[in-house]
Amino acid sequence: MCSIDGTLLDFKNLDRLAAGDTGIHRLDPRAKVVVTLVFVVCVVSCGKYELAALLPFFLFPVFMVTLADIPALYLAKKIAVIIPFAVMVGMFNPLLDRQVVLHVGALGISGGWVSFASIVVRAVLTVSSALVLVAVTGFPAICAALERMGMPQPFAVQLLFLYRYIFVLTEEGAQVSRARELRTFGGRGRGIRVYGSMIGHLLLRTWMRAERIHMAMLARGFSGAFHTRRQFCFGIRETAFVLGWSLFFITARLVPVAHLLGSLVTGIL
Amino acid sequence: MHMADALLSPAVGGTMWAVSAGAIAYSSAKVRKELDDRKVPLMGVLGAFLFAAQMINFTIPATGSSGHLGGGLLLAMLLGPSAAFLTISSVLMVQALFFADGGLLALGCNIFNMGFIPAFLVYPLVYTRVAGSAPGRKRLVAATMISAVIGLQLGPLCVVLETVFSGISALPFSTFALLMQPIHLAIGVVEGIVTVAIVTFVHAARPEIIPGAMGARPLGRRPFRAVLVAVFAAAILTGGVLSGFASKNPDGLEWAIAKVTGAEALPGTEQGLHAAMTALQKKTAFLPDYGFKKDGNRGGRNATDSLGTSLSGVVGGVLTLAIVFLSGFLLKRRRPTA
Repeated sequence: MCSIDGTLLDFKNLDRLAAGDTGIHRLDPRAKVVVTLVFVVCVVSCGKYELAALLPFFLFPVFMVTLADIPALYLAKKIAVIIPFAVMVGMFNPLLDRQVVLHVGALGISGGWVSFASIVVRAVLTVSSALVLVAVTGFPAICAALERMGMPQPFAVQLLFLYRYIFVLTEEGAQVSRARELRTFGGRGRGIRVYGSMIGHLLLRTWMRAERIHMAMLARGFSGAFHTRRQFCFGIRETAFVLGWSLFFITARLVPVAHLLGSLVTGIL
Repeated sequence: MHMADALLSPAVGGTMWAVSAGAIAYSSAKVRKELDDRKVPLMGVLGAFLFAAQMINFTIPATGSSGHLGGGLLLAMLLGPSAAFLTISSVLMVQALFFADGGLLALGCNIFNMGFIPAFLVYPLVYTRVAGSAPGRKRLVAATMISAVIGLQLGPLCVVLETVFSGISALPFSTFALLMQPIHLAIGVVEGIVTVAIVTFVHAARPEIIPGAMGARPLGRRPFRAVLVAVFAAAILTGGVLSGFASKNPDGLEWAIAKVTGAEALPGTEQGLHAAMTALQKKTAFLPDYGFKKDGNRGGRNATDSLGTSLSGVVGGVLTLAIVFLSGFLLKRRRPTA
């Protein structure tokens, strides 16, 4: 099992990638958010047996990862952690749906296996798109983009606050957790009673910290809004980015690209 | 309990997005109107607390496994429904973006299942009823336990319903529900015990925190209930509109009910956006009858015919992937020199 410190480090690493300075990083965050949402909806709207239709969509994460210089192996590891959950729910499909829908040579493949594979492929696609979005944009910029797209301001402030203090409090949580681990032998003192008062202590410290933070913020003239230094504008590059990718996603969704390609090749052969 | 994008249909995901977005807008307006400046940093920091607390695991005695706090109920008890809902939603959003727990489309579902249910259904309708205005220790414990168990039954039930409505997983409703509900009964009990332990500890150490949050809440029960009804009406409306405007057969609800009762063993998914998309695809596709068939026309073809098309499908799929990754590889190679 991975430790809290490890998770936290991982968390910081993903966000640190957003400090890069490539063409993708410089795009207006709104463009990236919109394209990612179009991507997710197009991927998810594919029918459950349309495995081949999903494959062209890999172009988007691959392009983003390469153009934005994101370490692909790091991303692949993060995706691999999530996939078991999709596999767990999808693994019943081959058992329940046994009708043969596909023949490869003499081998008949049942609908369940096709839909199972499509669930896993979808999971890879959607998970990678979310991670790529954070890696090329950064969380504060995503919040700013969402706020300018109509997200209520208190929620945006809440997200930024949360983000600001996650690191502080998770470190505190990790300390508490480590302290307990060093003091408990053979599972003693690891039950719910100790856990309750431990989390309670964390809660109290959090609460007191919130009070101090609030006073400090008032002293500095906080009036309910965060101000960011970076200004973005939605220019020609952003429009091209959004239109280009959306067009590609919708085309890939409506036209069976993979099949066309396949019949072209098998036709030639 | 996080749902994944991979199991959702756009109609279900979109509907839940609309519901959750509406609830977020409502809660934001409410929090702004309350104008309790102290609440803003408190919510943010408590969100971070929940985040940290979820990472610390406790061992479940005699099983060797471990679990962690969910926290929806606890936050509702400390902050009141709307502030708690915003806080949980923000935590879920960070989890969706950084850890890909769930996903972007599933975010609406997850916010509803883990935020809306504890904050807007269980807390006002169960917890405050059982606990009363100034609960003693026993009542507090009973109210917390009951609320936690109910919340962790309703949430997974929604997960099951959302998955079944989406029709991507082949699991029928009854089987899935039988898998989910009993497990979450146990989890609900543990969640209740943990919440009780934390609340009694805080109650002993800083007694003003818990009644203080409760005093801030009853700003009017009636408007809240009106909003609850409005949100549900909006939910049903959006669901109806979203699936209705695209569906060939307008009675999506009937279809859903037939499916919930388990009448069909093999779910037919041609509904809502799927139907619109496949209809469009049939019109625009150059090769309308290729190997992977939809439910509608499945099984009606002879083997030799589909052998040819599915071969081209497999070849095409492999080629597509090869082209995609090759283009990435070439881009990577080209850039350092450029």
